Amino acid sequence: MNRFTKLEGVAAPFLRANVDTDMIIPMTRLVGTSRADIEASGFALFRFNGDGTENPDFVLNQPVWKGAPILLAGDNFGCGSSREAAVWALAGMGIRVVIAPSFGDIFYNNCFQNGMLPVELPIAAIEELAEEMRASPGNARVTVDLERQIVVSPRGRELPFKVEANRRDALLQGLDDIGVTLTHRDAIAAWQAKDRAARPWVWLKA
Amino acid sequence: MAGLTLFDKIWRPHVIADLGGGFALLHLDRILVHDLSGARALEEVEEKGHRVARPELVFATPDHAVSTQPGRTEDTFPVGGRMLRAMRRRTAQHGIRLFDLDQDGTGIVHVIGPELGITLPGVTLVCGDSHTCTHGGMGALAFGIGSSELVHALATQTLAQRTPKTMRLRFEGALPAGVTAKDMILHAIGRLGTAGGTGYAVEYAGSAVRGLPMEARFTLCNLSIEMGNKIGMVAPDDTTYQYIDGRDFAPRGAALEAAIAHWRTLPSDADARFDAEHVIDMKEVAPQITWGTSPEHVIAVDQAIPDPARAPDANRKAAWESALKYQGLEPGRPIAGTRVDWVFIGSCTNSRISDLRAAATIAKGRRTAAHVTAWVVPGSRRVKEQAEAEGLDKVFLAAGFHWREPGCSMCVASNGETVPPGQRSVSTSNRNFASRQGPDARTHLASPAMAAAAAIAGAITDVRRI
Repeated sequence: MNRFTKLEGVAAPFLRANVDTDMIIPMTRLVGTSRADIEASGFALFRFNGDGTENPDFVLNQPVWKGAPILLAGDNFGCGSSREAAVWALAGMGIRVVIAPSFGDIFYNNCFQNGMLPVELPIAAIEELAEEMRASPGNARVTVDLERQIVVSPRGRELPFKVEANRRDALLQGLDDIGVTLTHRDAIAAWQAKDRAARPWVWLKA
Repeated sequence: MAGLTLFDKIWRPHVIADLGGGFALLHLDRILVHDLSGARALEEVEEKGHRVARPELVFATPDHAVSTQPGRTEDTFPVGGRMLRAMRRRTAQHGIRLFDLDQDGTGIVHVIGPELGITLPGVTLVCGDSHTCTHGGMGALAFGIGSSELVHALATQTLAQRTPKTMRLRFEGALPAGVTAKDMILHAIGRLGTAGGTGYAVEYAGSAVRGLPMEARFTLCNLSIEMGNKIGMVAPDDTTYQYIDGRDFAPRGAALEAAIAHWRTLPSDADARFDAEHVIDMKEVAPQITWGTSPEHVIAVDQAIPDPARAPDANRKAAWESALKYQGLEPGRPIAGTRVDWVFIGSCTNSRISDLRAAATIAKGRRTAAHVTAWVVPGSRRVKEQAEAEGLDKVFLAAGFHWREPGCSMCVASNGETVPPGQRSVSTSNRNFASRQGPDARTHLASPAMAAAAAIAGAITDVRRI
């Protein structure tokens, strides 16, 4: 798993609510395409015009925000389909942190699998971050510090956030989660042996 | 001490290790894989130096990327053919059961799981697809996962998961005329919103749910994720046990009796406490239709298209305006009468035999409007065969509908089958997102009977008037 510790950079505001994973990576750019195609297709629905040219009105196409490693997002970000390619597509745009009031559950899990940090903050705090970014375009930076679990605003305000300890550790250390699980190998085998006796109907033959 | 919920009674015994901070290492009783991500996940298990932990508990089927054209072959959609061959090779290598194209048992993964008795009450089940919540209709604890989690699941038969909060959503009263499980859940999403259930496992309860047949319970649970709930469930009861009896992978005879005795202990205790409770009075539920580009953009079919000026907040005002523009609709006008170009009856939401019967009842003896293209895509090979045995295919064909092969088809359009740009579709599927059914396609979600009625009338129509 990719590590994540601390990052300082431009935070681009795109506060639309209910951004679903179809918007982040549509099926037409997912089936039969390569990982490189996917990484070049983030937010395709907003980012490109019908003829494939860039839509200059889309915030992440504007010079100030293009390539921002931090995305300021709206409620329920990443809802909908379980496609993990949504995270790959965001990463392909250079995004390493998404700050939103809430996330789709499956997208939230998928982030951690790819060294992407989803940060939950209240919408008011996100709107203030967006204001501070817009007040000083080109200069303002946001810092996200996973070790201290704080977001530092361009004006230096510290905003604490919560993240589960085991997820934080996995990101900080870049742990291989299958490897971690397999340290429980004996417990898994014991559970299965006990369950086979208790619920034989679950245990099908090969 | 308060009693336990259905969710608690399945989750807790499946915890192999408490990982702290609300996280648990959970045993998985069933893993389902499909053609979009199956082969790649199996390949990655090998690349990482692991084996599939319990191949006998893993099942595979091609559904997302197969053509549904009559007379199809695996290469009718060539990209899908490549994915299927890769999945065939990998599943054979690992000893995983594959319900191959056009073989008995094949079909949409969330249709065949219950149909074959792979899904059972009390099991934990995952699949790399967000609509895995469908299986909760059986009283299973089922949820969708991403591709990395799928690799972890295959390699270990476990997943580390955050324990969700619990929610109960009760539907009380009798189903009014024309109202189906699809209308119940769309109405609920309209009330709670697409993020209303985020972080919660929802149990559907109440007298209206108890009266639902199994297939309707799958429809109800299918849209849980559209309300934000990764997990949706209905407690098992006699309706469940009757459905299970005789299914391919379900226990039989004395084993079934023993299983039922266990399953009877699963329903939530009378004094169980939920983190959130909601009640819907069935008298308030009418046949539903979505108008916008989110499942929460839903109204009763006899209502007017909402006016963004009356949106509850600025965010939703902007979302409503953008949705109306995309959909080409004017606020304030009745939604009924809106001209429709396409009708799609199918998907893991509404492609089971009872759905096809409901649509056929409307189609029988009528004709689709001349400007409408209407598809019926059964959810599985067995559903297709059953429908043909009942003559439903002939009813649809005589009425001008297309009768197709099983698969996900136009719900997700990952097999190249799309609604053309700018055209309007009434669909029995689960997502009306912009460009979901094809680039610039406009989708309205509804029940199978409502979809069939739209095909006949050539416009969005109140099924109660037919």
